[in-house]
Amino acid sequence: MPRYALRSVALAYLVLLVGVPVGLIFWRTFEHGIKPVIDSLTDPAVLHAFRITAIIAFWAVLLNTVFGVGVAVLLVRHRFPGRRLLSVLIDLPIAVSPVVVGLALILVYGRHAPIGGWLNDHGVKVIFAYPGMVLATMFVSLPLVVREVAPVLEEIGIEQEQAAWTLGANRLQTFRRITLPAIRWALAYGVVLTLARSLGEYGAVAVVSGRLIGKTQTATLVVEERFQNFDQGTAYSVSVTLALVAIVVLILINVLRPKEHS
Amino acid sequence: MADATVTLPRSTPRRRGGVASLNTGTAFGVGVATLWLSLLILVPLGAVVWRAQRDGLGSFWDAVTTPQAVAAIRLTVASALFVAVVNAVLGTLIAWVLVRDEFRGKRVVDAIIDLPFALPTIVAGLVLLTLYGVHSPVGLELAYTRAGVVVALLFVTLPFVVRTVQPVLREFDGEMEQAAASLGASSFTIFRRIVLPNLLPAISAGTTLAFARAISEFGATVLIAGNLPVASVHIFTQIETDNTVGAAAVATVLLVIALIVLIGLELLQRWAARHA
Repeated sequence: MPRYALRSVALAYLVLLVGVPVGLIFWRTFEHGIKPVIDSLTDPAVLHAFRITAIIAFWAVLLNTVFGVGVAVLLVRHRFPGRRLLSVLIDLPIAVSPVVVGLALILVYGRHAPIGGWLNDHGVKVIFAYPGMVLATMFVSLPLVVREVAPVLEEIGIEQEQAAWTLGANRLQTFRRITLPAIRWALAYGVVLTLARSLGEYGAVAVVSGRLIGKTQTATLVVEERFQNFDQGTAYSVSVTLALVAIVVLILINVLRPKEHS
Repeated sequence: MADATVTLPRSTPRRRGGVASLNTGTAFGVGVATLWLSLLILVPLGAVVWRAQRDGLGSFWDAVTTPQAVAAIRLTVASALFVAVVNAVLGTLIAWVLVRDEFRGKRVVDAIIDLPFALPTIVAGLVLLTLYGVHSPVGLELAYTRAGVVVALLFVTLPFVVRTVQPVLREFDGEMEQAAASLGASSFTIFRRIVLPNLLPAISAGTTLAFARAISEFGATVLIAGNLPVASVHIFTQIETDNTVGAAAVATVLLVIALIVLIGLELLQRWAARHA
């Protein structure tokens, strides 16, 4: 039966490429019980790294959510010259290497660059500091909210919003009472994706953070640093923690997806 | 993230007679969005290209033709092409199995497809190194080889083709296939003449995105590549050694390739839409 042949090929490929490797890292991590895992996760440098990751992700998600909804409304509900160009620009980060993102930000916001130098003179450090890391994280996760919200805005149309206007609601009321409830699942989906991307970003943050241990080191940077320094236990423990977050995200995505289409 | 390919609908019903199309609110919004995108994306990316040619086109050319840069670009593009082709075939096959086949645990398999998107890339790299690295438990030591880089790229690009083909296949009703079968076509002929042409736009879109992702990947390949020249790792090394011109030059090449590929995809989609 060709059906079984196709199924076997598909499953074998997925098991070898995803299943076995991910399973193995869990096994390797807990091979000596849970105590070494807890010990390495409560290492002050690791805890600090998780805190930095949370701070960076918080700001990136917040700013991208506000910006994402704004741009989605702009693209769907308004007509202006350069609209298609704006739409293309929003998608651009998908195709840009994270390392190039980091380089690009350094060239503009570094201490020796015009804008970065000016900011530095006014006491704002961007590169090798939190602002640069937030910028890098926002860059790589920019399209996610827009691309989830825009199609739903398109679909729901403007009749209800117009009805609200004719009844005297102002822009803010219309948005809060009509538009926001309609896009809430798509927005939640976009926010979850943005969060996952922000927590997991490595390349762009590696470049702009300077990878200062105990200062600008994030969780993903800890994984790389500990692995290179033969502290595999910590590298595995942090990886598994991040993988568990990813799995929670997957479950959320699967819970949110059907609602988005109903 | 699979919905990243969703393009904006070309025509939205315009608000007629109501608010003028470029009122103050719109102008303000466009202004803020433009400023924001300029500061975040346009100016920085422009700075990369600017830095690449700052010392003249000659030095740009010198930077991209150093043996390491050439090797890095060549290896990256070759692996990405290979990965794109594997994705086109196996991604379509997986999408087919997930839509047309029924078996226990299908929902779990379906959810696993997104794992490479949700998993941090550096974790993906470490995961693959654990299985295929030195002292590989399955005896496959792929670390620091081209095969290792390819496996890492296959991992991170897995969802692209599957997630673009799946919805098209789901919408595609079986009537044409049944008609072909009743006329005596073999299942291979049905696939080649009926199903494949209908899936082709989705397959090519997914493959293109997988290629664009593969040439730019860093986190998943940095550990497994070792000293192998991979373009993004090469750029990273140049940044670390303060050779920003060299880094910017190779980065510009990557940007140009990505741009060509994305514009090509857009043109292809338009062509397909016209000939559908």
